[in-house]
Amino acid sequence: MIRFLDVHKSYRVDGREIPALQPFNLDIVDGEVFGIIGHSGAGKSTLIRLINLLERPSGGRILIGDTEMTALDEAALHAQRRRIGMIFQHFNLLASQTVADNVAFPLRLAGERDQVNIRVRVAELLERVGLSEHANKYPSQLSGGQKQRVGIARALANRPEILLCDEATSALDPQTTASVLDLLAAINRELKLTIVLITHEMDVVRRICDRVAVLDAGRIVESGTVADVFLHPRHATTRRFVEEALPEEAATAQAPGVAGRVMRLTFRGAATLQPVLSRVMREHGVDFNLLAGRIDRIKELPYGQLTLALEGANTDAALAALRAAGIEIEEVAA
Amino acid sequence: MMASPLQSLFPNIDDWGELGRACIDTLLMLGGSLALTVLIGLPLGVLLYLTGQGQLRAMPKFYGIVSLLVNVLRSVPFIILMIVLMPVTYALVGTKLGVRGAIPPLVIGAAPFFARLVETTLREVQKGVIEAAQAMGASTWQIVRHVLLPEARAGIAAGITVTAIALVGYTAMGGAIGSGGLGDLAYRYGYLSYKSDYMVVTVALLVVLVQLLQMLGDRIVARYKHH
Repeated sequence: MIRFLDVHKSYRVDGREIPALQPFNLDIVDGEVFGIIGHSGAGKSTLIRLINLLERPSGGRILIGDTEMTALDEAALHAQRRRIGMIFQHFNLLASQTVADNVAFPLRLAGERDQVNIRVRVAELLERVGLSEHANKYPSQLSGGQKQRVGIARALANRPEILLCDEATSALDPQTTASVLDLLAAINRELKLTIVLITHEMDVVRRICDRVAVLDAGRIVESGTVADVFLHPRHATTRRFVEEALPEEAATAQAPGVAGRVMRLTFRGAATLQPVLSRVMREHGVDFNLLAGRIDRIKELPYGQLTLALEGANTDAALAALRAAGIEIEEVAA
Repeated sequence: MMASPLQSLFPNIDDWGELGRACIDTLLMLGGSLALTVLIGLPLGVLLYLTGQGQLRAMPKFYGIVSLLVNVLRSVPFIILMIVLMPVTYALVGTKLGVRGAIPPLVIGAAPFFARLVETTLREVQKGVIEAAQAMGASTWQIVRHVLLPEARAGIAAGITVTAIALVGYTAMGGAIGSGGLGDLAYRYGYLSYKSDYMVVTVALLVVLVQLLQMLGDRIVARYKHH
């Protein structure tokens, strides 16, 4: 468990205190993938760096398990950091070292001297990230996706319990992003390590996160399971992120001249796969016009979200029947 | 002795052996002072880098003092520095003359210059790479040893090349006040005795030396570059 207790952070610039993060509490559970989403300048890179104390909080306490990070001396902090892997937007590999030496680097830092142990471990890690045949290349000879895989192998070298991802896919094209996210999800599943990632893309959160916190101007404005936050965003910033992920939908639902009541229906899990909608509409004699819709997945959870314009005398009864069948319904403001 | 083509080309040079010894003296001065310059200037450059504003071990006051000292040494013309340092030189090596007498002022003149080059080169190492090492639990010393120096080695090699060439110039200047070497010959015979042959030959030799140093340096830099 990573626990923030009343943590805040401000920077001193020209003698003035500039707040970066307002006081907040946050728990990140062992084994989950926790996303922090925010626009640039919202404070997310500060927040993720508080975990391994690359940034020191101005106040409050940060605990990892039973260890109070904020109370450690330098040597103990270095030891703790070896149990926390980190990957970066710009990869931050040693340009002067080969792929294998980059991956071996944290092992050597931790005091491993046995060349055979190092070689075996490096081979194992490169195999996991699918780069075995690139061991002797230099980072400049690799593509962005391959560089990030080296970064991941390096971050995993000391068998950390936590992996921090600092905009790890922001410099990658969509296809490469998908493969790196798949790799991260597999690592989370197989190694049972906790992943904390920051991003400005809702799609990254939707693909691999279990829970999410939305950061806006140094404040956590919304947090919860990804399904709840993604399907029913409450804060304006969250809504904007969701709309960015589903742009065409937002546009259609707001089109003028639509007759009837505009409702958004959300199906989750098993409900997505049942023919509930057509049965209820037929039984209540309600007409509906499909304005927008999608059926997709949030991590492994299938969901459907349809925006409908409903017309008919029994609309309320139909909605009640849908609710009873486990479908979430919201009226969309015209 | 038979008249060789060299002798007919440069009739005023009557002792080629002396010229050879001067060459060796210049190389000794260069080698000795370059080694010591790197030995002193490299840690000094790392120190300047680490204690600079916003760096790993920022110490503004300390940095200010060391930085001032470096600037003072760099702004004194080398010929003046040599004269001013004579008592120090004598105390350090027991003579003010010859190869040994030349090395202390050469090092004191060149080390601050090289240290600045090292500092500038280290500043160009990507901040993110240093942050990554910190995130892995690296100590400051480990970062210097395993990140900064390896990542900056092409730039440091270029800095050593520039410094070596500057030192060639300094050794020649040192000739004027008794340190020997090619500069001494050029000054005494070529300038004071109007034997321009000496001037031509010593300058040509210095040009060749500088050229060789630059080529060697460029090769090493190219080998270290991986990005």
